Amino acid sequence: MHMSVRQPMPAQPADVRAHNFKEVALGYTQKQAVAEAERCIECENPQCVKGCPVNIDIPAFIKSMKASDFDGAIDKIKETNSLPAVCGRVCPQETQCEMYCILGKKEEPVAIGRLERFCADHELEKGVKAPQRAPSTGKRVAVVGSGPAGLSAASDLAKAGHEVTMFEALHAAGGVLIYGIPEFRLPKDIVQKEVDYIGQLGVNMKPGYVIGRIKTIDELKNEFDAIFLGTGAGLPNFMGIDGENLNGVYSANEFLTRVNLMKAYQFPEYDTPIKIGKHVIVVGGGNVAMDAARCALRLGADEVSIVYRRSDEELPARREEIEHAKEEGIVFRLLTNPVKILGDENLMVTGAECVKMELGEPDDSGRRRPQVIEGSEHVVDADIVIMAIGTSPNPLIFEGAEGLESSKWGTIIVDEAGMTSINGVCAGGDIVTGAATVISAMGAGKLAASTINEYLG
Amino acid sequence: MTYNILEKYEMVPTVHLMKIQAPDVAKAAKAGQFIILRIDENGERIPLTIADFNVDEGYVTIIFQEMGKTTKQLAKLTTDDKLQDFVGPLGQPSKIEKLGTVVLVGGGVGVAPIYPQAKAYREAGNKVISIIGARSEDLLILEDKMRAESDEVYITTDDGSKGHHGFVTDIVLNLLEGNEAVDRIVAIGPPIMMRAVAGVVEPFDVETLVSLNPVMVDGTGMCGGCRVLIDGETKFACVDGPEFDARKVDFNLMMSRLGLYRPEEAEAIETYEKECESETGCGSGCTCQ
Ligand SMILES: Cc1cc2nc3c(=O)[nH]c(=O)nc-3n(C[C@H](O)[C@H](O)[C@H](O)COP(=O)(O)OP(=O)(O)OC[C@H]3O[C@@H](n4cnc5c(N)ncnc54)[C@H](O)[C@@H]3O)c2cc1C
Ligand SMILES: Cc1cc2nc3c(=O)[nH]c(=O)nc-3n(C[C@H](O)[C@H](O)[C@H](O)COP(=O)(O)OP(=O)(O)OC[C@H]3O[C@@H](n4cnc5c(N)ncnc54)[C@H](O)[C@@H]3O)c2cc1C
Ligand code: SF4
Ligand code: FES
Repeated sequence: MHMSVRQPMPAQPADVRAHNFKEVALGYTQKQAVAEAERCIECENPQCVKGCPVNIDIPAFIKSMKASDFDGAIDKIKETNSLPAVCGRVCPQETQCEMYCILGKKEEPVAIGRLERFCADHELEKGVKAPQRAPSTGKRVAVVGSGPAGLSAASDLAKAGHEVTMFEALHAAGGVLIYGIPEFRLPKDIVQKEVDYIGQLGVNMKPGYVIGRIKTIDELKNEFDAIFLGTGAGLPNFMGIDGENLNGVYSANEFLTRVNLMKAYQFPEYDTPIKIGKHVIVVGGGNVAMDAARCALRLGADEVSIVYRRSDEELPARREEIEHAKEEGIVFRLLTNPVKILGDENLMVTGAECVKMELGEPDDSGRRRPQVIEGSEHVVDADIVIMAIGTSPNPLIFEGAEGLESSKWGTIIVDEAGMTSINGVCAGGDIVTGAATVISAMGAGKLAASTINEYLG
Repeated sequence: MTYNILEKYEMVPTVHLMKIQAPDVAKAAKAGQFIILRIDENGERIPLTIADFNVDEGYVTIIFQEMGKTTKQLAKLTTDDKLQDFVGPLGQPSKIEKLGTVVLVGGGVGVAPIYPQAKAYREAGNKVISIIGARSEDLLILEDKMRAESDEVYITTDDGSKGHHGFVTDIVLNLLEGNEAVDRIVAIGPPIMMRAVAGVVEPFDVETLVSLNPVMVDGTGMCGGCRVLIDGETKFACVDGPEFDARKVDFNLMMSRLGLYRPEEAEAIETYEKECESETGCGSGCTCQ
């Protein structure tokens, strides 16, 4: 078998990017993209496709790329993925398609995500083709929530000829893509282009509409023939330890929303303020924690550290993001857990009392259970503490939703087709699965759209 | 989507009334709820209580006091301007029930959110006793409207220029010590006033509610910035409140959290005023020149 080397991703140098909010990974050049595509050996029984939650015909789009037919490539991708510019950037390819790529056994797998991104950016640069719509069905569908689940459902439903109205609680569409994932990982003009595309399809956008307050699902049922719920898992969890309400303790959601959605990193040009810490602690080890830590660093903090109760190996964030964070100088306090947030007489945060942990026997999730090491209490100084320990579904959507069944975790229960306990009301994305991924939310939106198409006959 | 300003005037110095065209918000609005607005693309999201609403004419009334950058900029808008965002209604509506006698206490601009409650409690068949206060007579708002919706009205001013010379809490205490059987008290105003009311009612067995105003961002339970401590338990004021049992509120924590962004607020207002004074103006379409 021939050996080939994976094309490296051009990136802003770590010492430069640690001080700006511009995109870190710059994208392949055309020459690199074709060279990387050439690495694919076009397996007869391609494993990569199995790893893709929406089954993109990966060998086919890569084959088009080999011939520099990027239009053909993006058409192929878009057959099953409506947000390729987003997914090419944020999908955890290393645990999906690329994990199954046959080349990965001997060398590095084909950089499928980077190729996907290249094709999507190529299309965005040229301007996305005017979308095709089926003749009007005269049916009205409401989509609640404008994250990846809502966007993909709205897009498919509009293409099918339905009249779609999209309700979004915030003033901007995009869900986590717009308020959570930072500019330096997912530029907001890319998200905006995806949102604009939905607009071009004739979807009627209603930002600033909180369903459960301005209208309930019961009321929407009277106005619409079918409903899709994609309201995500946006309720921040706190640890429930002493001092968590002190000044300077943020949920990652609040911190990231101020920075990304409200553009607090451009204060006072933008009106929303944010506290810039000297010593910032971020509690948690997922993508959300990495994003919050890297934002805090870019705002100008002297030291930012991740506090995580397990070891490096168990960090749930994407490896690439962990490496990026380390290169930028984020400190990793692993096997460490806060037990109390400390404050001064003005109720301002001064630090966190932490304990050291060690890993014991595996728990239900198969990960080794962290246990406190006796007598390991120590104080980590901090003036800002960011809690990034997970989110839950927001219960607001259930207000005035007679008969909408939920699980004990507050997620909406659906059948295999995405239908909830109310006939004609589908749901998908994080509101069904709990916090998951962009691609799985997008896939759930597509599934629900086809279920609604069938339901509407 | 933008929102038209149908009417706008200054009620008393630095306190303004605006009617915003928002038919869907008006249709769903209930006493005790609030909205969040954003003036323009660069703007901050700020919460304001629904001071009145009209379903037939499709508008919501807000009454606000000039505090910092956003409210000062808002004060300069006219009916030619539009608001970028107007989200609502948010928060839990007040639990309006027929109880008997309800005492409503409004301090300063807090009289604005008390007014829809007076209407609602009266409609529900309660005797409404209102206590409205201001620093001085020329800062007192909504006196006539409150009189129209109350069975009794007491006025207090800090400087004695009108009504009782002193604080609203003096009247609350008088009523509680008097013969009137009070079934509920609702107090809305500056945190310091609400804390004082909570102190005064302490020895009496009367349900007392306050409407909390912590710093908010989304108003939907998504950020947790609005968290307050109620009886030792963390609550999100925007979805669990804004009304809470006065005796259970940790006012010290709430007041300190309200001060978190003081340096940034000072910077914002300084930058804003400099822009307004400069020859080119701020370019935001304000009428400051
Ligand atoms: C900081 C961060 C980083 C992440 N990084 C990655 C990553 O690198 N890769 C990856 O694959 N995944 C990542 N994720 C996870 C991913 O973003 C989510 O799984 C995905 O966005 C879920 O999509 P969704 O459409 O279900 O919900 P969301 O994106 O949460 O969108 C839900 C939308 O519904 C709106 N809404 C909620 N309630 C109402 C209501 N009552 N009325 C109207 N609107 C309402 C919300 O305002 C929101 O806009 C990350 C998440 C976060 C927070
Ligand atoms: C539920 C609720 C209802 C309210 N109703 C009214 C009302 O009817 N009329 C009225 O005049 N005011 C009301 N307020 C207060 C009003 O929101 C603040 O005065 C306003 O946000 C100040 O913004 P600013 O930029 O002008 O001043 P800033 O200089 O930014 O702040 C002045 C002070 O206002 C508070 N504040 C700042 N930002 C926010 C924010 N995003 N959310 C809440 N408070 C903030 C802080 O204590 C700050 O110190 C309400 C607040 C809440 C939470
Ligand atoms: S598994 Fe790898 S080499 Fe095989 S088709 Fe997929 S991308 Fe190409
Ligand atoms: S304002 Fe964000 S949770 Fe209440």
